[in-house]
Amino acid sequence: MNTMTDSPVFERIRQDITDNAVVLYMKGTPIFPQCGFSAAVVQILTHLGVKFKGIDILQDPALRQGIKEFSSWPTIPQLYVKGEFVGGCDIVREMFETGELGETLAASGIEVRR
Amino acid sequence: MAMDAATIERLIKESISDAQVTIEDLRGDGDHYAAHVISAAFVGKSRVQQHQMVYAALRGRMGNELHALALQTGVP
Repeated sequence: MNTMTDSPVFERIRQDITDNAVVLYMKGTPIFPQCGFSAAVVQILTHLGVKFKGIDILQDPALRQGIKEFSSWPTIPQLYVKGEFVGGCDIVREMFETGELGETLAASGIEVRR
Repeated sequence: MAMDAATIERLIKESISDAQVTIEDLRGDGDHYAAHVISAAFVGKSRVQQHQMVYAALRGRMGNELHALALQTGVP
C-alpha cells in the first residue's frame, strides 16, 4: 500500500499544477460551470484575462477526494498558481476585491489584463 | 441533513476559544451560511491557514452536512 504522499492521484495533481501556471479544480468546465462557486472563480479569472486550465472533478471521483486531501481544503473550487494553493471561492473573491489577486498573478509572471 | 447556526458557532468557539463569530443564514435552508470569525489566534497566519483552522473546528462537516459557508476571517 503506497503512502498518501505518492498516491497516483497526488502524482497527477502535482503534474497538473507543475505543467500549468494557473489551474482551477472546479465542478464543471469553464464554459459550463456546474456550481455557483466554481462559476464565480471562472468569472474572476476571465475578467482578469488570465489563461487557466479548468479541471472538472465531477468527471473523476478519485480526484474529487484526492484534491481535498492534497491541499487539506474541504471544498471545491480550488485555485493553484505556479503550483501553490491560493484558495477557494471566498479567498479568491476577497483577493480580487482588494486587488491582491492581480498582484499575486503578475508577481508570478502571469499575464493579467489591467 | 443540514446544520443550524448555533451549532456552527459552538463548534468554532470550542476550538478557537476567543473567536468572535457572526453567522448569517443566506437562504434559510441550513445549508448556505456566511460566517465572519475574528480571533487573535489568526495573527501571523495566511488567509488559507485561517480558513483551515475554522474548517478544522467544524470537524469534517464542511463540504458534507455544511454545503456552503462563505467565510471571512480576521484578527481583532
